[in-house]
Amino acid sequence: MTVGRLRTARRIAAKDLLVERRSRVLVNQVLPFSGLVMVVFAFALGTGGVLERSAPGLIWLAVLFSTLITVQRSFAIETADGALESLRVAGVDPVALFIGKAAALACELIALITVLLGLAVVLYGAEPRAEGIVLLVTTAISATCALAALGTIYGGLAAGGPGRETLLPLLILPVAAPVLIGATRGVEAALGTDRTAVSEGWPWVGLLTVFAVAVGVSGALAFGTLIED
Amino acid sequence: MTPTTSPQPTARRATGTRATRVLGIVTLVMLGWLLLFGLVLSPADIDQGDAVRIMYVHVPTVWLAYLAFIVTAVCSGLYLFGKRHSLGFDRVAGASAEIGVVFMALTLISGSLWGRITWGVYWQWDARLTTTALLFVTYIGYLAVRGLDGTRERRARRSAVIGLLAVVEIPLVHWSVRLWRSLHQEATILDTDLDVDIDGLMLFTLFSGVIAFTLLFVWLLLHRTRTIALDDLLASRGLDRAIAERRAEVSSSSPSGGGS
Repeated sequence: MTVGRLRTARRIAAKDLLVERRSRVLVNQVLPFSGLVMVVFAFALGTGGVLERSAPGLIWLAVLFSTLITVQRSFAIETADGALESLRVAGVDPVALFIGKAAALACELIALITVLLGLAVVLYGAEPRAEGIVLLVTTAISATCALAALGTIYGGLAAGGPGRETLLPLLILPVAAPVLIGATRGVEAALGTDRTAVSEGWPWVGLLTVFAVAVGVSGALAFGTLIED
Repeated sequence: MTPTTSPQPTARRATGTRATRVLGIVTLVMLGWLLLFGLVLSPADIDQGDAVRIMYVHVPTVWLAYLAFIVTAVCSGLYLFGKRHSLGFDRVAGASAEIGVVFMALTLISGSLWGRITWGVYWQWDARLTTTALLFVTYIGYLAVRGLDGTRERRARRSAVIGLLAVVEIPLVHWSVRLWRSLHQEATILDTDLDVDIDGLMLFTLFSGVIAFTLLFVWLLLHRTRTIALDDLLASRGLDRAIAERRAEVSSSSPSGGGS
C-alpha cells in the first residue's frame, strides 16, 4: 500500500463524508428509516421477552437494511453527474477509490449502529453490561468493516447504469449472512442475552474479521473491473 | 465490438452435432434405466419407505449443481486470467451457472418433499440446507449480473469477477452457518446425515442416477453454450446489418461523398 494510494483513499473518503455532511441524507432519511424498522419489529414480534431476546438480531437486521440504502446513496452521488466516470478518466487508482468509499461508508455505518444500539436500549430493554463493552465495540467495528467492504463491491457494480439498483439486495443479502450471524452472536454475548457468556462472543469476532479481510482484499482487486462501465 | 471476438459468419446454425445426438440418446437411455431401477427394481427403504426413491433424483441433482458451479468458477478464472480472454469460456461459465441454478432448484424442491415425508417438515435449519439455499440465491444474482447491459466483453469480465467473488464468499457463508448451527442446535431429533448403511441395489441405483444426470448436464451444457454463441452471432450480425444500412443510406443520399 503506497502512501499516494492512501492519500487518495483519504481524499475520496473525506469527499464522501463532506457530501454527506452537506446533504444530511444519513441524518434526515437513513436514521429515521432504521429507527422506524426497529419500531416495526416491535409491532411484528409483540412486546415482552421476545423483543429483548431478539434485540441483537433485530439491531443487525436494521443495520443491514439501512446499509443497502446507504450504499445506494454512496454510489448515486458518484453516478449522478458522471463523477465516477470522471474519477476513472482522471486516472484515480481503483484500489484507492474502493478503500476511500468503503472507509466513508464504514464511518456512516458506525454512526448508524451507535444510534441503533441506543434505540435498542430504550425500545427493547437491551441493557449492555460493563464486561461486554470491549466485545460490543469490537463486534461493531469488525461487522461494519465487513459490511462496508461488501457494500462497496456490489454498490460499484449496481451503480453502473439505470435499473441496476434493484440488483443490490439480491447480490448483498445472501453473502452478508456471515455478518448477520457473527454480529448477532457477538452482540448477544456482549449484552448477555439468554445468559450467554462474554467469552462466547470472541470466535464470532474472529469470523467477522476473516470475512472483512477476505471481502476487503478481493473487493480491492475486483473493484476496477466492476466499475468500468 | 471487434470482429475477432465474434463467432465467424460460417459458424454453425444448429446446436446439435452427431456427437451431441449420440450423447442425447445415451442420456435418454440412462434416464430410462434410472426410472426402471429407481421406481421398479430397487426396494423400498425399511425406515423411509418409498420416499427413499426421491433420493435417486435429489443426490444426483445436488452433485450436478455443485459441479456446475465449479465449472462456472473455473471458466470465469480461465476467461479472466487467460491470455486470449476467450469469450468461449464466458459462454460455458454462463451456461453452466444456468444449469446449476435449475439443478439446485430441483435439489431444494426434491429435498423439501423428502423432508416433509421423512422429518415431518419441509425445511430444517441445518447448515447444509441453509448454505445450499444461500448458494442458490447467490447464483441467481450471478445470472442477473450476466443479464446486465453492456458489450459482450464487459459483461464477460464483470460476470467472471462476480463468479470468482462467489468462490471466496461461499466457503465463509458455509463456515458461518455451520458455526451458527453447532452452537444453537437444540436437541437433535432429526439426523440429516446420509452416512448410513445402504443396500447394494439402492447404491447402484443412486450411482446410475449420478451418471444419468452427469450425462444430462454435459448434453445441456453443450447445447446451451452453443445457443449463447448463436445469440452473440445474431447480435453482431444485427449490428453489422444496421451499420451497412446506414452506410447505404448515406451513400445514396450524397453520392459525391460530401455533406450538405
